[in-house]
Amino acid sequence: MPYDVGSLMLLNQFLVLGAALFSIGVYGLLVRRNAVLVLLSVELMLNAVNINLIAFESALVTNAAVGQVFSIFVITVAAAEVGFGLAIILMIFRNRRSANVDELDLMRW
Amino acid sequence: MTVDAWIAEPVNWVFSIVAVVILFTAVRVVTSPNVVHAALYLVAALAGSAVMFLLLSAEFVALVLVLVYIGAVLVLFLFGIMITRAPTGFDEGLSNDRKLVSAAISLVLLGVLSWASLSAFGTDTVNTVGSPTATEILGDAILGRFVIPFEVVSFILLSALIGGITVARRDLTPLEEEERKAV
Amino acid sequence: MDWIDFLIVVLRVVVVFALLLLVTIINVWAERKVVADFQNRIGPERAGPFGMLQTVADGLKLFFKESIIPARSEVGMFLLAPFLAVIPAFLIFLNIPFGRPITIGDRVIPLQGMDVDVGLLIVLAMSSMAVYAVVIAGWSSGSKYPLLGGVRATAQAISYEAAMGLAMVAVVLFSATQAADAPGGTLSLAELVERQSGTWAGIIPRWNLIPQIVAFVIFFIAAIAETNRAPFDLVEAEQELVGGYFTEYSGMRFAMFFLAEYINIFSMSALTATLFLGGWNGPTWDGVLPVWLSALLPFVWFMIKTYVLVFIFFWIRATLPRLRYDQLMALGWKRLIPGALGWLMLTAVVLGYRRFGLPWS
Repeated sequence: MPYDVGSLMLLNQFLVLGAALFSIGVYGLLVRRNAVLVLLSVELMLNAVNINLIAFESALVTNAAVGQVFSIFVITVAAAEVGFGLAIILMIFRNRRSANVDELDLMRW
Repeated sequence: MTVDAWIAEPVNWVFSIVAVVILFTAVRVVTSPNVVHAALYLVAALAGSAVMFLLLSAEFVALVLVLVYIGAVLVLFLFGIMITRAPTGFDEGLSNDRKLVSAAISLVLLGVLSWASLSAFGTDTVNTVGSPTATEILGDAILGRFVIPFEVVSFILLSALIGGITVARRDLTPLEEEERKAV
Repeated sequence: MDWIDFLIVVLRVVVVFALLLLVTIINVWAERKVVADFQNRIGPERAGPFGMLQTVADGLKLFFKESIIPARSEVGMFLLAPFLAVIPAFLIFLNIPFGRPITIGDRVIPLQGMDVDVGLLIVLAMSSMAVYAVVIAGWSSGSKYPLLGGVRATAQAISYEAAMGLAMVAVVLFSATQAADAPGGTLSLAELVERQSGTWAGIIPRWNLIPQIVAFVIFFIAAIAETNRAPFDLVEAEQELVGGYFTEYSGMRFAMFFLAEYINIFSMSALTATLFLGGWNGPTWDGVLPVWLSALLPFVWFMIKTYVLVFIFFWIRATLPRLRYDQLMALGWKRLIPGALGWLMLTAVVLGYRRFGLPWS
């Protein structure tokens, strides 16, 4: 079913939503102690980037749908990041019996 | 464009409702005192983003988001939460006590980012084409113009797979080795 | 779009819903009868003819039972989980074409809940959503056996979903070369069925089953694992985990999990029939038979194919013992995923050769 919804949606309404999501993600990154929750905040930030990419694609309409392609790449890399990140967290948990990032100061100078 | 014209468009009501849901759930992701709740709120936030993608006529990406993120990545998160025995009940110690400073930093960031985009794009509108972007266009783009990034990404996935296994793998004790062989 | 079109859309969804409920009632009874036959028992026979009303009786019993909410449970999530189990199961079937489009006047009505261009992706996404019901139910019960069931479900779902998706990719790749007029691939389930019509050499039906037999086997095994059926029912293993994730559920909420499981069996069989067995394709003898009979026959073919697969589900359950957890993981990661990847590469090479010839020529 063809639909035409573009005429009255501002580009900025999506960009500001993306900015808000990104800022919330940054807040989570700074505040959270549990490593799993830190990773969750990173996911929130990546998702904000995806919204921006799709919105820009929709505003510029490139012939190869560049924005959408790159958001697919972002999703893929995020999947890899989570897989590897959780492996690291699992290892830390196994060695230290805790997943608290504030206690991981062994390499602090 | 006037505010009245913006409000009059039904698609903007959908946008507003979904945006409120996304922002609420996103705030709960970073403030919830319960790890599992935080992960489930992220599911809701991502589902809302998928609706946003549909509004922007990115049907394929919306479904990939549901399939990969909600269907696999967050399930993996829940697995990680349960296996690291993170306190699954309510726990106030999940956040540190730098809340005010962090909130200030993120508010400043929000201000800067929104100011930048508002001043740069003003009242530009998005031009969604008549129908959802054909999957064919995406396929041609990924395997044509972006074939090298595609290969790089697949290489990253492979190395993350191997790396994940190597890092998380525990060396077996000789006794366990025996047991493994006996089975 | 006037009100008649709107009415038709509503009617399609209602028909799918009614069909699923009816089929579930029959399936529960059929499974008990089939398994009873395998085990040399009689099975239900008291309620109604051949015991067919047994499910209705059980449903009524569960309906009037008290639904207990455990004191240590997380109430909101606990109440939400049964709905999360039923909704994806229903949404999967909503995408599957169950009959040839019928023409009334100048309207062509597809016999399908919704016909979307990316139907296959929706099906895959919904089948991956189903695991949330298990995880949330397991976690919110506040009890150790359900939690163990939930942890098992996460790992199982991720492992077998990958194999399932890869098997689907091979089918989509193959069917991209099968179109008569419009070249290029498709993710629309209606179009995938359309491309399996006709025959090879006059007698062999053009089902994807024959050229894609390996993908069929991998897909069907993964489908059994996705629905958490025996021999992959570690999530609810009675002997180890009492009842797995629904240990703490009772009354109507338990019935909803039960309903979801049987809807899932039927939807997965219907999806397999659609992808591999030609969906509703089959001889309809248009012009020979009365019009209404020709219109009904595709639905009959679809149901026959689906029920053959449903029977295989029951057959496997009655035959095979449950896998051990490491065997489950080994089968998923060491057999099915490499197998599916290898088959995908083989399909790609053969199709590439048929279309472009040798790379150096």
